[in-house]
Amino acid sequence: MDIFIQQLINGLTLGSVYALVALGYTMVYGIIGLINFAHGDVVMIGAMAATMIATALIGGDPTVSAFTVLAVGLLVSVPLCMAVGWTAERVAYRPLRRAPRLAALITAIGVSIILQNLAMMVWGRNYLNFPQILEPRVFELAGARMSSLQMAIVLIAALIMGALLAVVHKTRLGTAMRATAQNREVAGLMGVNINTVISAAFLIGSALAAIAGMMVTTYYGVAQYTMGFMLGLKAFTAAVLGGIGNMVGAMAGGLLLGIIESLGAGYIGDITGGFLGSHYQDVFAFVVLVMVLIFRPSGLLGERVGDRA
Amino acid sequence: MKFAFSRPALVVALAAASFAGAAHADDIKFGFAAPLTGPQSHYGEDMQNGLTLALEEANKKGIKIDGETANFVLVSRDDQADPRTAVQVAQQLVDEDVDGILGHFNSGTTIPASRVYHDAGLPQLAMATSPEYTAQGYDTTFRMMTSDTQQGAAVGKFIVDNLKAKKVAIIDDRTAYGQGLADEVEKAVKKAGGEIVRREYTTDKANDFTAILTNIKAAEPDAIFYGGLDAQSGPMKRQLVRLGVKAPLVSGEMTRSDTFLKLAGDAADGTYASLAGVPLDKMAAGKDFAQRYEARFKKAPGVYAPYAYDGAWTMITAIEQADSAEPEKYLPKLAGIERKGATSEHIAYDDKGDLKEISVTIYEVKNGKWEMVETMVSQAN
Repeated sequence: MDIFIQQLINGLTLGSVYALVALGYTMVYGIIGLINFAHGDVVMIGAMAATMIATALIGGDPTVSAFTVLAVGLLVSVPLCMAVGWTAERVAYRPLRRAPRLAALITAIGVSIILQNLAMMVWGRNYLNFPQILEPRVFELAGARMSSLQMAIVLIAALIMGALLAVVHKTRLGTAMRATAQNREVAGLMGVNINTVISAAFLIGSALAAIAGMMVTTYYGVAQYTMGFMLGLKAFTAAVLGGIGNMVGAMAGGLLLGIIESLGAGYIGDITGGFLGSHYQDVFAFVVLVMVLIFRPSGLLGERVGDRA
Repeated sequence: MKFAFSRPALVVALAAASFAGAAHADDIKFGFAAPLTGPQSHYGEDMQNGLTLALEEANKKGIKIDGETANFVLVSRDDQADPRTAVQVAQQLVDEDVDGILGHFNSGTTIPASRVYHDAGLPQLAMATSPEYTAQGYDTTFRMMTSDTQQGAAVGKFIVDNLKAKKVAIIDDRTAYGQGLADEVEKAVKKAGGEIVRREYTTDKANDFTAILTNIKAAEPDAIFYGGLDAQSGPMKRQLVRLGVKAPLVSGEMTRSDTFLKLAGDAADGTYASLAGVPLDKMAAGKDFAQRYEARFKKAPGVYAPYAYDGAWTMITAIEQADSAEPEKYLPKLAGIERKGATSEHIAYDDKGDLKEISVTIYEVKNGKWEMVETMVSQAN
């Protein structure tokens, strides 16, 4: 039983990161119907920038507090990612807003490649390590262990998601976003500034991506320029799993995917009698994606989107 | 085929071809390929530096081959640690008429490339450790390092006899190297009376191991062996500590690097790793090599540089003995070589092309540094 709980905790941590990234996919999709494949690379840029800042701060003064390192990291990587996300939308996606969807999709893949190569030029090809500044305290829960870092990741993710839901449902900007998602033209006629709303979606998504990137690099201790690709694909799967365009769905999908992966990798060897091993961990995400697309194309919490497709 | 030409004809042809190039026709060219970009480029650079040092020294010595002062040149190619790229690069090197091959680095790239070199008749000295490399029946394949059979036997014995571990868990990254080494360790552990309580797998691109480590924790092993790269073993060690696993992590020579220490951070202490040969500072020639390396590259040699250095000198010595850089002439000298190097008192090959001397040293991380535990003679072969 304690193994099961441990796997749940592992999955929950992983899932919280997926959920944050998935929100970025789903917000953009909900509003302009674009699958922003460059989103995973925005996460990577957040992780790389935070790692670089942390290394520089520790290098300059080894006694600097963990709080300062994380705060400065956040202050640099969040605006940087927001700038990257906003620029991508302004330069690459806005001119194609009325073009066929396929054009925008391919552009998104192009932006992803550009971001990866830029990161490679700036930070090099080797693995960067995030300095170990946090001495995680470990708590025992029914035989399973959860570190303070894991708790922080889950809690911060939950707080951010709650705040985001409040923004979308209680503020003027949120109302404008929901209106734009329902019908862009009519919302425009009602006096909603479409461009502002879309830019806001990219800015918020990129800020979440930066935070997710910082979580990944502090938790695993490594960052590399190719890390955004797989993470982005997984988060996209999570968004589809929950119902792309649906924010609560993205959160639920992210958490669920993390847990499925963790339990899958933990038990597949035993279930299949060693025929399939735990290196199939990454396969689970995509098996789930295929299953959802076959049996429930609109996702677990998604609505029928026939009128928009 | 290059042997269809007589040497003077070849010289004339090459002179014409390289009219604008920097290399001279009578240079002795060694082809070298390793990952020089990508996540494994730190290994490739290390190997390249070792070779460069050997070639520069040989050129300074003014070795006479066939009456002329030889000039050794390294032709470097990036194989990106990718088997398909490796074969293309191998063909390019053959087309450039190199006189011998000092590469590749990874087992996964060396094995497919070795066929290309064998077909061209080129002797190959590779860093690869997979047993498969020299088991193909080619007379052109030689190693710079131990094979996994030799290393695995020593590590398995160390785990059971020295760490007193009866229950061992094994993880590998499913690459030719990781899987091969893990399999050999598994055999050796069983032979020494240990038990494999869990076998788990990951990939050479993963960074989350919590799911498999949780399973391993439940199996309560006395020691954990990982066959794979430092980019994985570093984060893995951190996650082991976080999960509260007390069993030591043991790994192969790819983990015995500074990158591992960097990535594992404070969690690194108590990790064991094996490395072929005797520590450099235990041998006069080794200490001397380390000093010259530091003077030349302004940093300490990595794991592979000394083996690459020895490998290059082994090939140069064979050419010197044969008084010819023609592969068919110096190949028998290479197969029968007997010399002192920086990593071993006598470098010699068995009939497969594996090194005869098979001492393996085990290191442990103490206070964030790799320190030697003991040198053992492997029982394999």
